[in-house]
Amino acid sequence: MSLIFSAKRFFSLLVAILVFSSSFASDHHSEEAGIAKREFNVREMIMHHISDAHEWHLWGGHHDAVSIYLPIILIDGGLKTFSSSHFYHGKPLEAKDTTSKKEVAYVAGVGPATGYAMFEEEIYKLNSEGVLEINAGKVVDAESPFDFSITKNVLSLFMGAVLILLILSNVARFYKKNGPVAPKGLAKYLEVLIVMVRDDIAKANIGEHKYKKYVPYLLTIFFFIFINNLLGLVPFLPGGANLTGNLTVTLFLAVCTLLVTLVSANKNYWLHIFAMPGVPKPLLIIMIPIELVGILTKPFALMVRLFANMTAGHIIVLALVSIIFINQNAAWGGLSVPMALFISVLELLVAFLQAFLFAMLSALFIGAAVEEAHH
Amino acid sequence: MGLITPDLGLLFWTGLVFVLLLVILTKFIWKPILTSVNAREQKISDALELAEKTKAEMVALQASNENLLKEARAERDAIVKDAKEVATEMVEKAKAEAKAEANKIVESARATINTEKTAAIAELKNQVAAISLEIAEKIIRGELSSDEKQKALAEKMAGDINLN
Repeated sequence: MSLIFSAKRFFSLLVAILVFSSSFASDHHSEEAGIAKREFNVREMIMHHISDAHEWHLWGGHHDAVSIYLPIILIDGGLKTFSSSHFYHGKPLEAKDTTSKKEVAYVAGVGPATGYAMFEEEIYKLNSEGVLEINAGKVVDAESPFDFSITKNVLSLFMGAVLILLILSNVARFYKKNGPVAPKGLAKYLEVLIVMVRDDIAKANIGEHKYKKYVPYLLTIFFFIFINNLLGLVPFLPGGANLTGNLTVTLFLAVCTLLVTLVSANKNYWLHIFAMPGVPKPLLIIMIPIELVGILTKPFALMVRLFANMTAGHIIVLALVSIIFINQNAAWGGLSVPMALFISVLELLVAFLQAFLFAMLSALFIGAAVEEAHH
Repeated sequence: MGLITPDLGLLFWTGLVFVLLLVILTKFIWKPILTSVNAREQKISDALELAEKTKAEMVALQASNENLLKEARAERDAIVKDAKEVATEMVEKAKAEAKAEANKIVESARATINTEKTAAIAELKNQVAAISLEIAEKIIRGELSSDEKQKALAEKMAGDINLN
């Protein structure tokens, strides 16, 4: 496993170098030659693909792009819902970045979106002069409404949830209909995973007597991450969103594990944090803060691991495909396609591995929290 | 939307979907699946246990069968041995009886022969006596046929008596 991680880290580094050097190179090139401003920008393309958006881009570029405009839901002195096309087909504006002195493009909404502007997929309220002020790549002095829009990630989340329900209800129906028999069809494949989560993850880490209560949570978290990881690898609708590579999602999942851990923690767990047995009293002054930080670092590691692994996977595949567009020559596909294919296959493994690891480590933390004293 | 800035809207939707998913899956999906899987595992382990038990029983049965067979064989051997003994005895007895009978027959034959012999001897004696008597009569008649002779005899006898 460590081999995969280190290989992955190596690839991420490689790609980061590739991405940054190439994007700098292209900037440099365009400035020097003064040719078309909208040249292929790898960094922009990759960031666009791994970030959330208010539209689901299907194909085409710029003016002939075909997208699904997703609904925008704002809470700003009342509920406001409208299509995101009012931004994407809104009024393009430019602001001068006060630090870099560069012109930065953003769009002001039209129709029902009037009064709002979108900059880097973030929605702001226009100020009294009807513009946004941007400093060092960030909008300053602008209120932002609560944005509960059905973004690309939210839609992907819904589709993932529906997919999970469809697949698993099929399995559940099989067992309801046939009772305790040898599994057939879809159940045959999923039972392996379900039993793996129950035995190798829950029972092995939480202990024979207490694991049963946590199996549904661990199963849900495993299948949620696994199915959404796989959906993220599909390059077109209904896949393609980088849901499990989104920090907000991984943050939520990590917080869930943290809460489950804290809620089920017993006296022994807290004793180890506030009064580690066998540690001299003065040392506790150092130990207690360390232990308290330790409570948070565990889910923090969960959050970052899933986010970084999935995002890195997407970046690698996108960067490898970009080789063709950077060189403006389809022949580079001979290099880029096999490499992207290899990474995609590796990502299939990573999709499973990360779901497994998240559930495994969650079980480990819960196991540590419910462990009885044995000294 | 920055890569590492948490987004409130997405957080809300993720939370909502995840919690709903957790509740629905736990209630309608994990429960029946896990129940069935556990029941099946129980069934399999029960079946295995039963098989193990049956196997042990079979071994015991086989052992007892073996014992039974051994006993039966021993019994058979004993019976055969007895029978042989009895047969031998019978033969011996028959032989002895036959011998005794034969001896008896021989004995009785011998007795008969003896009797016959005695009878024959007795008859022979009688005949010899009769013949002797006849001869003696004839001799006496010859002796006594003349007076001289009667006189000589009487003298001789008288002489014998005197001598005595």
